[in-house]
Amino acid sequence: MAAERKLCLSGKGVTKVFGLGRNKTVAVDNVDFNFYEGEVISLVGESGSGKTTLAKMLLGLINPTEGEIYFQGEKRDLSSHRKKKEYWKSIQAIFQDPFSSFNIFNKIDTVLLDCIRMRGGGGLPYEQKVAMMTEACSFVNLKFAELTNKYPFELSGGQQQRLMIARIFLLKPKILLADEPTSMIDACSRATILDMLMQLRDEIGMTPIFITHDIGLAYYVSDTVYIMEKGKFVESGSADEVILRPKGAYTKRLINDVPKIYEEWDLSTV
Amino acid sequence: MEKVILDVADLTTKYITRFGEDIYAVDHVSLRVEDGKSLGIAGESGCGKSTLALSLMGYYFPPLHYTGGEIIIDGHNISGMKPDDVRKSILGREIAYIPQAAMNALNPTQKIIHFIEDVVQAHDPTTSKQEIYTMAKALFESLGLPAEVLQKYPVELSGGMKQRTVIAISVILRPQVLIADEPSSALDVTSQKMVIKMLRNLMDNGYIKAMIFITHELPLLYNVTDDIMVMYAGQIVERASSKEAVFDPLHPYSKGLMGSIIVPEEGLRDVKLAAIPGVPPNLKNPPPGCRFAPRCKFARAACTAASVPLRELENGRSYRCILSEEELREAYAREDRQHGR
Repeated sequence: MAAERKLCLSGKGVTKVFGLGRNKTVAVDNVDFNFYEGEVISLVGESGSGKTTLAKMLLGLINPTEGEIYFQGEKRDLSSHRKKKEYWKSIQAIFQDPFSSFNIFNKIDTVLLDCIRMRGGGGLPYEQKVAMMTEACSFVNLKFAELTNKYPFELSGGQQQRLMIARIFLLKPKILLADEPTSMIDACSRATILDMLMQLRDEIGMTPIFITHDIGLAYYVSDTVYIMEKGKFVESGSADEVILRPKGAYTKRLINDVPKIYEEWDLSTV
Repeated sequence: MEKVILDVADLTTKYITRFGEDIYAVDHVSLRVEDGKSLGIAGESGCGKSTLALSLMGYYFPPLHYTGGEIIIDGHNISGMKPDDVRKSILGREIAYIPQAAMNALNPTQKIIHFIEDVVQAHDPTTSKQEIYTMAKALFESLGLPAEVLQKYPVELSGGMKQRTVIAISVILRPQVLIADEPSSALDVTSQKMVIKMLRNLMDNGYIKAMIFITHELPLLYNVTDDIMVMYAGQIVERASSKEAVFDPLHPYSKGLMGSIIVPEEGLRDVKLAAIPGVPPNLKNPPPGCRFAPRCKFARAACTAASVPLRELENGRSYRCILSEEELREAYAREDRQHGR
């Protein structure tokens, strides 16, 4: 089985340093990783552990200070804007704050039409585009007919996050980086969003990478969990192994600090 | 029977929008919190949790308006008081409030001790700075915060420390009731735990007599509070002890809410999370009858015919549904069988 797995993203010695001299901050410190196609990956860490910086490097928004990131086994080349655009066809992201993820001047149909154009569907007849958009919206339980003339800010947080998923549905990327996708929405919409993402994974065969501090979520969705502390991966492995039987002291503390409902929550450790 | 610290009866408050529409965000809410007890309020965003908190402490600034009901804190009726009078005599002494982004409330140009001097002298101008310092030092030390914090500026403190400092400042005048509105949702798990430990400490050591804890994180509520009240569209839909509310919810909405809990514990991966379909109603014109009916799996014609009263059970639980306890349990059991659980 292991031999069949295809690498989708991997990194060697990836480091990101902000600032110089005395003010130097090493946000991501010499990390190596291999993300395989089709598995669900979670990067878990507290605030300030460097998980968002790593996500930005994976997305190609910032360049690593040192080290290389490989996409499908080949060295990633982001030297020109054209190449970056090409790269972003295969990697997309959902961010924490759905309210600031959309261009406020664009109506919802423009948002979705952009996605169709990015996939090379710009020349299609309008009816076909509408059919595609309607399909994407119904996938996320939104009604396209009601949305056409609306702006994203007219929707609620959960609806906006679902619209974000409709974008992903149209773009069909190879990798989806979900940076805290549910931390700003309610617990009951959370299940809907997660279910949609997992359904999407099966449908278009993408690799979701969750970046989160919610250990419950990481355990629920992922196959492989990476725990980050101060820019380093301190523990990694299958979700069951890392979260139910943690080895490192940091991981143990992190998991111990999450409120539990079936077990006694020990408050004396802090 | 313990003494009732906070007694709220039929409290109704509304927002008046720019266009003159009335939005009843808190609709006939009654609650009681006894001495030494804590009450958790759960619900989706927009269900009126935070408005309830503001209404409880008499914070009626437009667009929020008081329409009716009574709030009695330790025998002291504060309903209908002017917000300015409330601020002078009630806030801080009778009731204290920790808002969601409390840590951003600290002025970056002032030292922490300055805020404490401010609070204390606003209520009693004769207190000297020396007295205040001694008082603050004693309080901080008993709550496990280092006394050096008092001489620091807010920027020198971490997020969790700032939040705990704000909580300590809020109880300096020994209020009866503390309202904590999502005090830990911006923090990571370890700082969150410290905040929770501190709140428990406040309760156990008698700094406050009663606490209202608002959050949408149910595992947290379960661990902090004695009772849980679930709100939906401005109304209470269920009130029960924490254990019953989490493991044996009666109202279909609470059931859905509890089904969406994820905790990193064995067996969770095999459970399919329950999601409540649809969106909460617009409070400008709430649906007739039961407000949850449009999203409810068990809804029937009678649900929308007339408004549904809160049913009281013998053991102090209450819920708002036309179905009886047995009917609801039967419906849940049937659902479980369908899903092969």
